[in-house]
Amino acid sequence: MFGLGILSGLLVLPIAGALIIAFLLKDDAAGVRNTRWVAFYTTIITFVVSLFAWAQFVPSKAGFQLVERKAWLSEQIVFQLGVDGISMPFVLLTTFLMPFCILASWESISTRVREYMIAFLVLETMMIGVFVALDTVLFYVFFEAGLIPMFLIIGIWGGARRIYASFKLFLYTLLGSVLMLLAIMAMYWDAGTTDIIQLLQHKFSPRLQFWLWIAFFASFAVKMPMWPVHTWLPDAHVEAPTAGSVILAGILLKMGGYGFIRFSLPMFPDASHLFAPFVFTLSVIAIIYTSLVAMMQEDIKKLIAYSSVAHMGFVTMGIFAGNTQGVQGAIYQMISHGLISGALFLCVGVVYDRMHTREIKAYGGLVNRMPWYAMLFLLFTMANVGLPGTSGFVGEFLTLMAAFKANTWVAFFATTGVILSAAYALWLYARVVYGKVENHAFDTIPDLDRREMVLLVPLAVLVIYYGVQPGPILDACAASVEQIVKVYQAAVSAAAKTASLAQ
Amino acid sequence: MNLTTPVFGIPALGIALPEIVLCVGALSMVLIGAVMRERSNSLMNVLAIGLLAAALVGVAVMDPARATTFQNAFVTDGFARIMKVLTLLGSIFAILLSIGYMKARQIEKFEYPILIVLATVGMMMMISANDLIALYIGLELQSLSLYVVASIHRDDAKSSEAGLKYFVLGALSSGMLLYGASLIYGFTGNIGFEAIAQVLQGKTAVGAVFGLVFLMAGLAFKVSAVPFHMWTPDVYEGAPTPVTAFFAGAPKMAAMALFVRVLIDAFPGITIQWQQIVTFLAIASMVLGAFAAIGQQDLKRLMAYSSIGNMGYALTALAAGSQAGVQGVVIFMMTYLMMAVGVFACILALRDAEGNHPETISDLAGLSRRSPGVAVLLAALMFSLIGSPPLAGFFGKFYAFTAAIQSKLFVLAVIGVVASVVSAFYYLRIVKVVYMDEPTRTFTTGDPAVKAVLAVTTGFVILFFLFAGPIVSTAAEAAKSLF
Repeated sequence: MFGLGILSGLLVLPIAGALIIAFLLKDDAAGVRNTRWVAFYTTIITFVVSLFAWAQFVPSKAGFQLVERKAWLSEQIVFQLGVDGISMPFVLLTTFLMPFCILASWESISTRVREYMIAFLVLETMMIGVFVALDTVLFYVFFEAGLIPMFLIIGIWGGARRIYASFKLFLYTLLGSVLMLLAIMAMYWDAGTTDIIQLLQHKFSPRLQFWLWIAFFASFAVKMPMWPVHTWLPDAHVEAPTAGSVILAGILLKMGGYGFIRFSLPMFPDASHLFAPFVFTLSVIAIIYTSLVAMMQEDIKKLIAYSSVAHMGFVTMGIFAGNTQGVQGAIYQMISHGLISGALFLCVGVVYDRMHTREIKAYGGLVNRMPWYAMLFLLFTMANVGLPGTSGFVGEFLTLMAAFKANTWVAFFATTGVILSAAYALWLYARVVYGKVENHAFDTIPDLDRREMVLLVPLAVLVIYYGVQPGPILDACAASVEQIVKVYQAAVSAAAKTASLAQ
Repeated sequence: MNLTTPVFGIPALGIALPEIVLCVGALSMVLIGAVMRERSNSLMNVLAIGLLAAALVGVAVMDPARATTFQNAFVTDGFARIMKVLTLLGSIFAILLSIGYMKARQIEKFEYPILIVLATVGMMMMISANDLIALYIGLELQSLSLYVVASIHRDDAKSSEAGLKYFVLGALSSGMLLYGASLIYGFTGNIGFEAIAQVLQGKTAVGAVFGLVFLMAGLAFKVSAVPFHMWTPDVYEGAPTPVTAFFAGAPKMAAMALFVRVLIDAFPGITIQWQQIVTFLAIASMVLGAFAAIGQQDLKRLMAYSSIGNMGYALTALAAGSQAGVQGVVIFMMTYLMMAVGVFACILALRDAEGNHPETISDLAGLSRRSPGVAVLLAALMFSLIGSPPLAGFFGKFYAFTAAIQSKLFVLAVIGVVASVVSAFYYLRIVKVVYMDEPTRTFTTGDPAVKAVLAVTTGFVILFFLFAGPIVSTAAEAAKSLF
């Protein structure tokens, strides 16, 4: 395509859609209608193109594929794109969720529709870019640039405290990221390149690794978010419009985990080994503490936000367990959480659009009026709990197994989180859906309409499919994960050898 | 070197041709103005822009190889070339921004374009200065013109105050600079930069360092680095807006270029000594620029503190004292020029029914509803000033901090990026007011000249990443010419 590969095509497409909306469409009623359709078709086409990329992708190969390379800032800082088994699932997740976001905003966004759709399309390019960039500077550009549309989406179309939430999101994330930027520079002067393929071959001295690891951790821990730097997330989720929450929980949070797998583990294996107990501690605290916090929430969205933090705790735990099951489980957990939490936020959006409140107390007895809704919501709730047969189970099981191998106590405490998640999720479901209809505003509440069915049913199908058939994702990432784990285990055994020599 | 002729011959004028053209042109403009008086106002603007554009072309096509003339007092090289291009661009932008403004307020004076041209000659002289005398001549020619320009709206108390303040403090700093220069001359016995560098090679000369401190104090005043920044907010606020746009752009380019040339060319032997001072200036400027701007309501004062902070980032690059550092300064100053002029172009592009421009941040409330085009560009400029990729400001900061990291100035770099996060707060506040508040005032956009400046500067800021490669390598070439 014009001398570009399929991956740059993925980056250009949403921008092209945004430019069409910006320059060719007007603000009148017809323009707004066309805007929605243009945005929708753009995301659909992008998804289809990403499927083509997937078709060209060979899962059994460990290295990067579909690589494109162009000179950019200099000979060393290049515009390089490519995917491997780790990034490919995330690219697909991104392109898959985007049409849902556009659909979810179809009616709930009625002001400044053009700006909204432009922001979403630009955001899509940035998110895809994060996963396909194979140059640290390019990665940083996409990683940070995504903040601009997200800031505007929350700040303009958000709820009552949207200004506070958007500032908190931007400043928190920026503070973490700039430290990573300094680390990227230090890596550049040490290795003489920012090319990720070459950096993966480069061996950083353990002392330098120590500092680089901390700097990258600062960024990814905030993005993830890990306890105790998670506080921006509940605010952002509560204030964001439904589609914003879907993107935030579905994809933006995954950038942190992806970063750990792409950078921290293979590039700084010694430091990762050194810090693994620290990460385990934070993960276990996140799992238990935020689950307890989630239980006491009165706002549905806030509850799901805290449960996201807890689920991300499993991801960090799995990654730093440093074995095949752990890293694969983490990837699986992230993909599955992307689908489940996205679906849960869409479910909240459905009732919010009708009742304009997210307070748990205001609801009750929805099953009597909205049976279809109750059924789908139950499915996603169970998936969130990690019921076997849903995709939520596979990821949690794999990460727990990995943690058990690495450290039994970590696995022990993390498993209590599974119980707690059942408690808050089922309690939420019971309070919202079961019981008698006490609020007479519900007397006329309609069940899911066609658009909402289109939104939720595909997600439900995927959640069940990946629950019984985890093969596709696990096979796709197996070879790449194997390579990363090999590097890490080599560092671990080297450390063990020096330790035994010292004795 | 072969361009230098024997003592009594005529010096090689070729490499100073753009400056000579500007000088002769400015003097003829004085004549034309004296004869035609008010009738010459529009003609003067055209002439000034024509002269500056001609000089710009002359500088741009010049051979980037190092050459000196006037007994080694005047030097041109790749670094001088790119900094002169930026300075001339800044001056051209300033005149374009002021035409409509001056006319609307009936303060059009034919002296104004002449003064800008003269100031520009001074700035180009600063950039090319290769000894202490040339440095001072250039600096004073620039400063004296700027003092007058600051108070060009002489019936306005604030404008007069700005000019007076600038003059008094500027004179003080010039005095310090002169004192420092004389100390350096006294302890090294030379005024030429290369000669000073040779004398100081491998020696610790306390006297010369003492002189350097004073010299740097004077230079820090010109780039408005903390603790010599006090004049900046008042002058920015008091001067007419297009004049402020001028102050934010061209003079900063020249002063920073001079800073770089003095330190790198004349004092490479004592880098360790001046590195500490520059590091202090950088940290103080970045931190003050970030925190003091938070409470500002006035747009021009806010931009003043923003420029203080930004000079801190440029000094961060300079503190590295390396080739990468000079490259960082060049790229950063380039992006800064476009962002600063762009913001003022946004302000000047907006006019209400009475012809007033927005003055406070709250005047911009809900701008995105009334003038969505300008709002988008203003937001892009703000994100660029934060340093958000993929806008130009990111690349400026990237190269500035990369240089600091290479020279192992980790503390400086960490403080710098944290300060830049703090400063993000007030830039975001403008975005918030523009996009998330309800509109209070209605502005229209007119003036095609201002729009043209806005288009060029924001186009540069937004699309920088597409043509970053050639720009970065040009800056690298320029930096190489100093080493």
